Amino acid sequence: MTVTPDIAAQVKLTDLFQLGLDAPICLTWELTYACNLSCVHCLSSSGRRDPRELSTAECKAVIDTLERMQVFYVNIGGGEPTVRPDFWELVDYATAHHVGVKFSTNGVKLDAAAAARLAASDYVDVQISLDGATAAVNDAVRGPGSYATALRAMSHLADAGFRGFKVSVVMTRQNIPQLDSFKEIADRYGAQLRLTRLRPSGRGADVWHDLHPLPEQQRVLYDWLVAHGEQVLTGDSFFHLSAYGSALPGLNLCGAGRVVCLIDPVGDVYACPFAIHPEFLAGNVRDAGGFGAVWKTSPLFVSLRTPDTGGVCRSCGFYDSCRGGCMAAKFFTGLPLDGPDPECVQGHGSAALASVSGATPKPSVDHSHRTVPVTIARRRPPSKDCDENPLAGFTA
Amino acid sequence: MSTDGFDIDRPWQVDPRVSVRPEPFGALLYHFGTRRLSFLKNQRVLAVVRSLADHPSARAACAAAGVPDAELPVYARALAVLADSHMISERTV
Amino acid sequence: MPEQVEQQVEETEALSTDELLVEEVSIDGMCGVY
Repeated sequence: MTVTPDIAAQVKLTDLFQLGLDAPICLTWELTYACNLSCVHCLSSSGRRDPRELSTAECKAVIDTLERMQVFYVNIGGGEPTVRPDFWELVDYATAHHVGVKFSTNGVKLDAAAAARLAASDYVDVQISLDGATAAVNDAVRGPGSYATALRAMSHLADAGFRGFKVSVVMTRQNIPQLDSFKEIADRYGAQLRLTRLRPSGRGADVWHDLHPLPEQQRVLYDWLVAHGEQVLTGDSFFHLSAYGSALPGLNLCGAGRVVCLIDPVGDVYACPFAIHPEFLAGNVRDAGGFGAVWKTSPLFVSLRTPDTGGVCRSCGFYDSCRGGCMAAKFFTGLPLDGPDPECVQGHGSAALASVSGATPKPSVDHSHRTVPVTIARRRPPSKDCDENPLAGFTA
Repeated sequence: MSTDGFDIDRPWQVDPRVSVRPEPFGALLYHFGTRRLSFLKNQRVLAVVRSLADHPSARAACAAAGVPDAELPVYARALAVLADSHMISERTV
Repeated sequence: MPEQVEQQVEETEALSTDELLVEEVSIDGMCGVY
């Protein structure tokens, strides 16, 4: 839908964003499915490289498109993006072509030299993943040694003078008691804390029922976020909590397919990184017309950009605050998209979950390592993609 | 005219770290340093912002863009907001 | 319409137009990216 100048004067920013823009504002770009870790909740089920991943040249062509469309920045992730041999080349290419970069990393390759290089660039931001303020809590989710790796990367960044890098935490039942400790860690390294929501996506579907915050913990989290205001980032991932009271900082709306999307390692374009499933697949950058055509014309994105009626949530007084919550959270817990979020703070979600019967939707791709040490039983067999070692040539 | 410290009679420019993206409804401005996004709600305020560097004052830029006198306070307020978030900065010359 | 929403509409109408030419948000504030 094209918004004319007459309409714009009357609408708010949030209304305009819900109708979609001609180009994303920013987007997530998963560069590889390869990863040295096997986090139990990995939203992209990463571990093993996919043999069909975009080549360096194909990646540069995507960057050229993003530059043309004036996408402001890309959030590069994976898997672990730094294990791609062309990682730095692509970061430099993006910033040279007016596309800002923030990359998400577990820190494995963020040594002193890398930190110095990053501190010297104005257009590259770093986000270190950490899911526990102590090794015990963190490593239970991310694997042995991952806490140490993350903190080592943080101290390299701090030593190199990189202030304001991000420490990004996925909030779980086990780490909500550590909120103040996370803040202390971020402050210690001169970083900014970022808290995000656990979604039942990827391997997250396997562990969601055990890891997602309890209702009373959601209240604790909401109050803590309100108390910390704009000091703590959330990626707008807790807008479903706005139904508790005043809205949290941010747009408080789902940007999937409207102002943001995901490009995955094989060039598939999804509505968002938490929705890697054929239901939310818009196209592929290798299609005729490339990413631009997918963004502008894919039927999935066009349908996401029609105004939301709210479905059964319309009758709830809090709908204007929570907007019905997260599409991906509903989808992967088997709930209808026009109903409550599974973690609806009014309790409508848990009521709806009780009547979900049969199998829930499964992710369409699984690049998990075949020898994942698990304490929770796997629901599905690994994919049949060939077993490329993601760490070939890498020495710690 | 001054709005919250914004002086409309000084020379201004779009900050070099800002990307201006025209839209059908106006424009989006993204500041690579502050990581903030500003949303301009009509074509005229976009025209003013883009032309700031070409004029000896923000007032002159508004006049050149056809801002009616009666609406000048509205545009001054918009520019003050942009100055406050570092989207526009004073020129030294 | 619910009271809460009615209140919001009233507040919007009370704003003068000069509040609306520029709106701002932190770019971390949109859901769907890491």
